[in-house]
Amino acid sequence: MQPIRLIRSRCVVLAADNVDTDQIIPARFLKGTTREGLGRHLFADWAARPPAEDGQVLVAGANFGCGSSREHAVWALLDAGFRAVVSPKIADIFRANALKNGLVPVVVEPEFHRLLREGMDVSIDLESLRIEIRGGPAAAFALDPFARYCLLNGVDEMGFLLAQSERITEYERRACER
Amino acid sequence: MTPRTLFEKIWDAHVVRPETADTPAVLFVDLHLIHEVTSPQAFAELRARGLKVRRPERTVATMDHSTPTVRGPIADPQAAAQVRRLEENCREFGIELHGMDSDRRGIVHVIGPELGRTRPGMTIVCGDSHTSTHGAFGALAFGIGTSEVGHVLATQCLLQRKPKTLAIRVDGRLGPGVTAKDLILAIIAKIGVDGGTGHVIEYLGPAVRALSMEERMTVCNMSIEAGARAGLVAPDEATFEYLAARSVPVRESWRSLRSDEDARHDREISWDASALEPMITYGTNPAMAIPIGGEVPHEDGRALRYMGLRSGQKLLGHPVDVVFIGSCTNSRLSDLRQAARVFKGRKVAPKIRALVVPGSRAVKRQAEAEGLDRVFLEAGAEWREPGCSMCIAMNGDQLQPGQVAVSTSNRNFEGRQGAGGRTFLASPLTAAAAAVTGAITDVREML
Ligand code: SF4
Repeated sequence: MQPIRLIRSRCVVLAADNVDTDQIIPARFLKGTTREGLGRHLFADWAARPPAEDGQVLVAGANFGCGSSREHAVWALLDAGFRAVVSPKIADIFRANALKNGLVPVVVEPEFHRLLREGMDVSIDLESLRIEIRGGPAAAFALDPFARYCLLNGVDEMGFLLAQSERITEYERRACER
Repeated sequence: MTPRTLFEKIWDAHVVRPETADTPAVLFVDLHLIHEVTSPQAFAELRARGLKVRRPERTVATMDHSTPTVRGPIADPQAAAQVRRLEENCREFGIELHGMDSDRRGIVHVIGPELGRTRPGMTIVCGDSHTSTHGAFGALAFGIGTSEVGHVLATQCLLQRKPKTLAIRVDGRLGPGVTAKDLILAIIAKIGVDGGTGHVIEYLGPAVRALSMEERMTVCNMSIEAGARAGLVAPDEATFEYLAARSVPVRESWRSLRSDEDARHDREISWDASALEPMITYGTNPAMAIPIGGEVPHEDGRALRYMGLRSGQKLLGHPVDVVFIGSCTNSRLSDLRQAARVFKGRKVAPKIRALVVPGSRAVKRQAEAEGLDRVFLEAGAEWREPGCSMCIAMNGDQLQPGQVAVSTSNRNFEGRQGAGGRTFLASPLTAAAAAVTGAITDVREML
């Protein structure tokens, strides 16, 4: 994963709430065995597909990414050029999947969310944990400190877990005795 | 000792390394279930890093999502390749696989309990959001993404922040013709499609205790449809009987797996289910559900436009094209028995397609031993091979644009059962009633 400090781009706005992962990428596109090339299936069944080339920041409605655990939804968004999702609420599994692939989930208050419009320039700063509309207001957002560390340094969780090997062995020994 | 919730007891017992402000907890996973759709990229990652599977004996694989529900070779080359890849991966990494030829194959969440692998107090994960099903046994079970599938394969652990807990206490008892599916649809309608986000739900109270294990699985299965990570029901005699019937010896320690008297949940809701009626969804997420005799509420235009409905309209009598009885929510023996109760001595209405898809080979065998297959076939329904089928429409079983389906599955999202398809979620009883009458019907008039 590449380290991410600052994302500066235009917004692409999805007006709907509760956009589920079946909307993001319909199940019939999950039959591959690789992560590549999924961007062309993004929002495949929507009459009006949001134009990804217009911006890297997807401004989504509340409860974005609800439904299935398919990481393909995140791979498709990244493949289409998105680098961050800004929403008042993001579904749990989608958020976890996003973090693991360097798609930055930015959860903001509804008041700030309402200010974001199609084509607006925003910057998302992972050092200061602030999102700012160019020439306009800014807001703070929260990110788990570990997730932030991983994004800033371009490291993934697998390395951290593998380094726990001794503790895991120790746990397995204890658990066996239980 | 400080009183603890059931969730906390399971969580605490699996912490390899406690969470701090800077790092999430390292949580040990007792059982890892995998299937063909969300695992190939995880195995590829393992190979790319030169890693092995840490505890292959704690992983169980099957194929269910993209597999056909008719006998014979897999016609779709992509699906066939996915299935082959899982076979290769399991062979290479030494993982138990219930493959196409196995008589124990089935939907991953149906076979876990059947095989006696799902047990109280466990942590269980799968690259599938309906892993919450296994919470019916008092196991902490939740869906993960493919990167996390890789983490579990390589380390048998996950990095997790501790979720909050939500207690849902249900008093009273379900009336005739009202099922566990109706109960969970009503709960989701009550708390909302994101009402459980960030939480693990524990279902408590006499109405929950009165449910069979299969009914508890239906309830826990749909916890994710309220956004919750997991659903939990504390184990009791019903749990132990179910396990004993599958030759799983009951452990004494399982009896203490319940929330202590004074344990505090982060949120609590209680409600009486005695007046509950059969429920049905009308919109494009599972929280958009009403009692069967109710009127479509005033809603945002998009969902109703998609469904071809008007606010204020009654659903009773609404014509149906397809009925799907199956999925990890409602494809177990008791679900099929309920559907058969309605089909017995009746015929599927003209022009209606009714599919009955058992959750596993074992369910299929048991159903055939009881003669349920005859009931379905004589009524004019299709009796198929097990799999996810029209729940996710990956295998060719799907709706055509504009078609209306009453389905026992768990998601009515736009296009979930096929692009342009319109899904009404309901219980097996209500679905069977729709097949026979050709329209949305109150099944209580037919019992
Ligand atoms: S039956 Fe449906 S919900 Fe269940 S595992 Fe299969 S696709 Fe997922």
